[in-house]
Amino acid sequence: MSQADLTLQGHSAGMMTDRPFAIPTKKLAMWLFIIADTMTFAACLVAYGFLRNATPDWPRPFHSIINVAVMTFILLTSSLTMLLGVQAAKAGDKAGAFRWTITTALAGVVFTVLHIREWLGLIGEGMTMFKNPWGTGLFGSAFFSVTGLHITHVIAGVIALTIVGLRYKGGRYNADDIEIVGLYWHFVDLVWMFVVPFVYLLNLAH
Amino acid sequence: MAMTAEQKHEGIGKYLVVYLCILALAGLQFAIAYQNITAAQMFRRMLSVALVEAGVAVMFFMHLWSEKRGFLLFVVFFTIFVLLAMQFGWTDSFRLTQCAGYCS
Repeated sequence: MSQADLTLQGHSAGMMTDRPFAIPTKKLAMWLFIIADTMTFAACLVAYGFLRNATPDWPRPFHSIINVAVMTFILLTSSLTMLLGVQAAKAGDKAGAFRWTITTALAGVVFTVLHIREWLGLIGEGMTMFKNPWGTGLFGSAFFSVTGLHITHVIAGVIALTIVGLRYKGGRYNADDIEIVGLYWHFVDLVWMFVVPFVYLLNLAH
Repeated sequence: MAMTAEQKHEGIGKYLVVYLCILALAGLQFAIAYQNITAAQMFRRMLSVALVEAGVAVMFFMHLWSEKRGFLLFVVFFTIFVLLAMQFGWTDSFRLTQCAGYCS
């Protein structure tokens, strides 16, 4: 083997083992996904804000905050149960980590059911993607797009939590995997913190 | 590395405090929704609270605070830069409210 080959091998070995920011590559990949997804949600919310600001007859169809308050409470609490799952996994408590991860997934299911129930209520009142009885038809498309994108993330999170939880219990995944799926779940929770005030609370009928 | 029971208990206590803070901030957003103020004022207040809420969640729930400083700065500055760059269209949105060039 020539000196050049040895040098090249040395470089590529270094490139393969050095981890950017000294964090596990799977975790870095999840962070990069979260940053990219932040841009997607931000673009949706900015577009929504643009339309709302530029449309004079923007509807305010929400009469009660109870449903959205309950949904917010469930999602915020699910972030706490996710943290407890990560803590348990890091402490080597396999049964506890599995229990908390599945509890988080169940909270996601309850959130999804409440969300779909709310959608069906609005559809029952005559709201579609293109028209509604209260004002501009843009409201339906903006509302269903933003909340639909979020609920898609919640459903994906529930599936991911269930799969990772089961595989962790079966010994195929470790505590790092629970932490990584937890990062995703916290991100879904974080997005809701912006969806609630802009899509629901600013459209309350006073 | 597995953590001790004491470390675990301390961690849970910290997370409970952070969780209660975030719940309180979420409650504040709901309270702002019932204030007798203009939509613009309401938007500004709600955005401020949401940013604090998100900051607390990212730093403590997502553990960004305990990551390497270089990574923290990369995430924060890159995200803020792109989010700010998205705001270029607002002037057009305000122009539309005054019907500039589009309606009689």
